[in-house]
Amino acid sequence: MNYFVNEKGYYGDFGGAYIPEMLYPNVEELQQNYLQIINDADFQKEFHALLKDYVGRPSPLYLAKRLSAKYNANIFLKREDLNHTGAHKINNTIGQILLAEKLGKKRIIAETGAGQHGVATATVCALRGLECVIYMGEVDIQRQAPNVARMKMLGAKVISAVSGSKTLKDATNEAMRDWINNPVDTHYIIGSVVGPHPYPDMVSIFQSVISEETKKQLLEQTGSGEPDYVLACVGGGSNAMGMFYHFINDENVKLIAVEAAGKGVSSGFSAATTFLGKEGVLHGSRSILMQTADGQVVEPHSVSAGLDYPGIGPQHAHLFKTTRAEYVSITDDESLHAGLLCTQLEGIIPAIESAHALAYLEKMTFTGNENVVVCLSGRGDKDMDTYMKYFGF
Amino acid sequence: MNRINQLFKDKKTNILSIYYTAGFPGLGDTIAIAEALEKAGADMLEIGVPYSDPVADGPVIQASSKQSLDSGMDLNLLFEQLKDLRKKVTIPVLLMGYVNPVLQYGVERFCKACAAVGVDGCIVPDLPMVEYEELYKDTFLENGLSNIFLVTPQTSVERIHKIDGLSNGFIYLLSSSATTGQNLQVSDQTETYFSRIAAMELNNPTMIGFGISSKETFDKACKYANGGIIGTAFVKSVATGNLQENITAFMKTFKP
Repeated sequence: MNYFVNEKGYYGDFGGAYIPEMLYPNVEELQQNYLQIINDADFQKEFHALLKDYVGRPSPLYLAKRLSAKYNANIFLKREDLNHTGAHKINNTIGQILLAEKLGKKRIIAETGAGQHGVATATVCALRGLECVIYMGEVDIQRQAPNVARMKMLGAKVISAVSGSKTLKDATNEAMRDWINNPVDTHYIIGSVVGPHPYPDMVSIFQSVISEETKKQLLEQTGSGEPDYVLACVGGGSNAMGMFYHFINDENVKLIAVEAAGKGVSSGFSAATTFLGKEGVLHGSRSILMQTADGQVVEPHSVSAGLDYPGIGPQHAHLFKTTRAEYVSITDDESLHAGLLCTQLEGIIPAIESAHALAYLEKMTFTGNENVVVCLSGRGDKDMDTYMKYFGF
Repeated sequence: MNRINQLFKDKKTNILSIYYTAGFPGLGDTIAIAEALEKAGADMLEIGVPYSDPVADGPVIQASSKQSLDSGMDLNLLFEQLKDLRKKVTIPVLLMGYVNPVLQYGVERFCKACAAVGVDGCIVPDLPMVEYEELYKDTFLENGLSNIFLVTPQTSVERIHKIDGLSNGFIYLLSSSATTGQNLQVSDQTETYFSRIAAMELNNPTMIGFGISSKETFDKACKYANGGIIGTAFVKSVATGNLQENITAFMKTFKP
């Protein structure tokens, strides 16, 4: 079974480039050049130097002893929360900004939901001196004020997306419209493993450093680079794809992707795409998305802005359909309690996104010997408001 | 030969095509607008199928799509509304919309429904050429439908020839790489691009769209192509007020 992209830009039934003609030259330029640019030795050298000295990689793989004792397994946390800017998002933006430079682009655009990808993009634009425009839903701008301020301080222009539901999906639409209207000098840094081919592949390659490091670290710490389980949360699915990447062909490793059930899968307020979605096209690729019978995209809900997306990347759809990875869901309440538990047992406040992955440990049974890796994709500083309101701190 | 092919056979210049969103401004206005536009002199119609995430559209068509969806439009209802289309309208009619609703409806079922109500062609901007060619072309042709492709100033010569080979109605030339509703500025660059396309002597006729909002810009488009397509300016003109009066007044500026 091939779990990776084929020469036509598909993962099994999913992927492709469903874009209007206006975007074709930009996307084709990427399709023709991305692998050559990324595989170039100088590019790799610069990419890895920045990951090491600027982002602070490798991120630790930490054996969480008290969580391990609680769950009766060896729970390892991959500490993406310790990266510069506080999440895994920067791995991708470093890669894409270098690629944009190689393509001679002068202007960067991006979409953001909670603001993490927007901050990571504004950061690398400041680092490299490129113009930066971030699209963010009007609703998200109101509920994520500190990240909006960070982006502005970093020199980015933040444009409010006022169409549709005024959240991440609409910010993505607005960024695509910007790209249509600025076809020559602009590169669009998509923040997740979504979008037309080659974005899902490109973003997963940049994020694959997560599993590359994990394998080595696990080998050093346990004598085996092959864990029993790997868990990660999935909105669009970039941290999960980075966390799964080097384990995908290792079929002994069970991959578990945790979606956001919101107020419950059947509540009408959920973002559990594989449970509620059907095959279709969203944001340039064929995948699984939440939609009406008429094919209109449905607005999702999750307490976690980073998981509040109505689709998943096409590679996830393929891993789901082939059952290579298991897709499960965790509610808002369960995730917040798991976040609190991790904080009080390990002294680590996780992002609510990452807390979804941690919460699934509650639903698993272990015999004491399993090695389990959980991707701690981001830190919880940005979520303090939500934690405070929920627990009444 | 469908009505689109017939139109371009009979008329070579100044073809006026009007785009409007189905179910806007009123959910039940779809057919009334078509009738009024034909009466007022439109040569061809593009009925927009509303979609929740129309990435190629500017704010005006986004808003009309949202209003139409909110009032209950979907493909089932649209085909129901179009049931008597050919009793009332004789000019060519195309449906323009995004691929996902068509996929959910079923491509074959969609094409058959188009043929059954007398729709002559489709414009699906986010359906890629390669998928159309490999998966859907035969179904479109079996149902007598013209599939219309877009060409922008950035489209390569090689690709334009490929598009020309796959087209069987007309080619939709975008005045610039833009979302709908921008104003057409015919700069030296645009003029070079339009002339370049004209000089390619394509098999298919061409229509210029995106950014045509006035008699002046329409006339410019007609200099380089068989005609022009007006969308946003028309949708804006019928958004409020008396529908029939709005349509008559709007069309008067183009067909004095």
